[in-house]
Amino acid sequence: MADPVPIAQVVIHQRSGEGCIQEDRVFCPGWAIDNIDRYVDPTLQHVVLVAASVGLGFAIAFGLALLSHRRRWLVPPLIGFTGALYTIPSLAFFFLLLPITGRGRDTAIIALTAYTLQIIYRNIVAGLANVPGDIKEAGRGMGLTERQLLWRVELPLATPEIVAGLRIATVSTVALATLAVFAGGGGLGSEIIAGSNITFKTGIVIAGSIAILMAFAFDAFLFLAQRVLTPWRRAVQA
Amino acid sequence: MSSNPRVRALIAALLALALVFGVTACGDDDDDDGDGGNGGAQVIESNPDNGDIAITVGSKNFTEQFILGEIYAQALDAAGYRVEKDLNLGSEQIALESLRNGEIDAYPEYTSTALTSFFEAAPEDVPADGQQAFEESEDDFAQLDLTAFPPTEFSSANAVGMLRSQAEQQGVETISDLEGEAQNLTLFGSPECRQRIDCLLGLQQNYGLQFDKFTPVDIGLRYEVLDNGQADLSIVFTTDAQLATSDKYVILEDDQQVLPAGNVLFVARQQTVDEAGPDFGDTVELVQEGLTLPVMQELNARVDIDKETPERVASDYLQEAGYVE
Amino acid sequence: MIAPAKPPLALLGQFGDAFDFIFNEQIGRFSGGEPVGGPEQVLDLAATQLELTGLAMALALAVALPIGLWLGHRGKGELLAVAIGNSGRALPELAIIAFMAAAIGVGLLNLTIALAILAVPPILTNTYVAVRQVDRGAVEAAQGMGMSAVGVIGRVELPLAVPTIMSGVRTSTTNVVATATIAPLAGVLTLGDFIINRNVYGDDGVLAGAICVAILALALELLLSVVQHLLTPRGLRAVAAEAA
Repeated sequence: MADPVPIAQVVIHQRSGEGCIQEDRVFCPGWAIDNIDRYVDPTLQHVVLVAASVGLGFAIAFGLALLSHRRRWLVPPLIGFTGALYTIPSLAFFFLLLPITGRGRDTAIIALTAYTLQIIYRNIVAGLANVPGDIKEAGRGMGLTERQLLWRVELPLATPEIVAGLRIATVSTVALATLAVFAGGGGLGSEIIAGSNITFKTGIVIAGSIAILMAFAFDAFLFLAQRVLTPWRRAVQA
Repeated sequence: MSSNPRVRALIAALLALALVFGVTACGDDDDDDGDGGNGGAQVIESNPDNGDIAITVGSKNFTEQFILGEIYAQALDAAGYRVEKDLNLGSEQIALESLRNGEIDAYPEYTSTALTSFFEAAPEDVPADGQQAFEESEDDFAQLDLTAFPPTEFSSANAVGMLRSQAEQQGVETISDLEGEAQNLTLFGSPECRQRIDCLLGLQQNYGLQFDKFTPVDIGLRYEVLDNGQADLSIVFTTDAQLATSDKYVILEDDQQVLPAGNVLFVARQQTVDEAGPDFGDTVELVQEGLTLPVMQELNARVDIDKETPERVASDYLQEAGYVE
Repeated sequence: MIAPAKPPLALLGQFGDAFDFIFNEQIGRFSGGEPVGGPEQVLDLAATQLELTGLAMALALAVALPIGLWLGHRGKGELLAVAIGNSGRALPELAIIAFMAAAIGVGLLNLTIALAILAVPPILTNTYVAVRQVDRGAVEAAQGMGMSAVGVIGRVELPLAVPTIMSGVRTSTTNVVATATIAPLAGVLTLGDFIINRNVYGDDGVLAGAICVAILALALELLLSVVQHLLTPRGLRAVAAEAA
């Protein structure tokens, strides 16, 4: 149905049904290069979702850990509570929150934050618990208050385990944030299923690959950050 | 703004020619001389008075709707309104509800869908003529405090799609031919198809077909499921690009007229129309003039086959058709 | 489509409507005269979700458990086991489901395989780590008694590794149940159908679906924690309780 090109009319193309995109092959490099700018906004939205959720999750988990540091009896119930938040599937969480917080990015962030709490909290607590008793005794012997002990000795020594928890939480959140599209929160999920993207193999592959690379990038960043924060370090545990 | 260099060159040539003609021919802008046809493509003028009026344009959840929503939204934006988009709302019932409670101010609907889904007409009673169908629905819309604008030139209908090879093999040409076969065949369609008289419900009741299984899937997958062999039959649209560009699929003839065709009506809240002034209706009717059947199929193809975004396709359409510079 | 802020009592009303949807079949506003909701449909979708989860977990266990046990017993492939565990977490489930639907096909079998792929990493890693952490003294004692490799694995390493393995199984199951929620995108109707298809079930249905999914996931987790407790050798229960 090729029409000649008249003035001020829509150009009708002849499509042969051939070519990488028209055959909907799994990955079309040419199209990817031409259209990569389409993925910029979703990627940035995705980064914001992850950073905000993990940041908030860390803040809350840290607060909970401080709270339970001298009150060991709080740990099991808090593990249980954060565990329940972890178990509830994020999609369900988005829509349980919907009547309260409405559709949008904030709802997605709240749900993603809730998901990170258990792993971060558990790792902070475990990290603090693993500080050898004799080091703490030595600290007290040197005249440090409990508070100084915590901030100057215990937390620095717990850093590897805390960062390990952050790494796990971040990688998981990058993958999970693809679901934010269901809550109206944008992110790479919108390039996977929104509109007619759901059948577009190349698009799914690109969006999925960006997510995976982002996860590894965050992971590497945190790993290096830990190296910087703990210069006295022994071998890193994964 | 298409990324294809060949199209870019074409558009550049078009704009250059249009510029030459624009200078020598009509210098008048908002002149609704009702010429119609190709030569009368008018550029939309931005009216600063419209800047105070906020309009949210919605759409339903498949390619043609995304494109239409974008076209109307971008056109109204060019006319100076403050436009927000809330596309991909869902089925017609959801869109209507969003419209009535003010979440959106307008969206494009099909006459056939409105008459059968909203106003409980029987599918065989839906007029084939778009203007007639529009007039029939006007009062019903008015009762809901909604205004429908005159119809587009093209119309679209639900259709029962099949792989050509399979249809030939089974000797099936019309939907009635499926009688006796249906219990061995699987049908795939949108989730709301189960409840629509111009979809599964009509096939079951009016044709008396009992399928082996109906599986609801996302509308976007309607051709995938045929390709993968999962579906024997799939509910598709007559304006789909895939039908025009490939020989692979065939649609069965709707011999009992259960799947009526509908032209597009832009439906808006009465309140919005009153506040927005004459530019609203003028702009809407202007930009849809170019939507002939081949053009709509072309636009669908650009999204579904070339994988361009609906936003870009809509803006290319407005430029190519001459409504926007 | 922003839901405006609602006064607290109205909130209660929304949850009330959702519970009504679960327990009473009703003609939804959007469903065009067809009944939706009700306990029968809820249980039917829940059963499908459990079925999908069960099949995927069975497949994943069948693959990951033997490999993890063997690698752990031999002490080889630590890098692989740990790397798989870490990478597994990075896989975006939505992309996998969507790719499956677009490229390979919809349906129970395809989805089971996709979910099993997601489930393997935590099980593999945890099994490996668990076996490595078994007290070498116990292993050596068993080998000294003349037990074969299979015997050592089956009677010494596996029972002692159970707590950590179960922990991996629980993590996997949580992920699989969560991903099974979006299975309706690929044609397998689970409770997620209520959530994804507002078209048909309305806002009440969406909220009802969210509630049901949450309850299902929590109940399954509870069940598995009981199973873990029962499978843990008595001598390890005190240790396991502290580690959990």
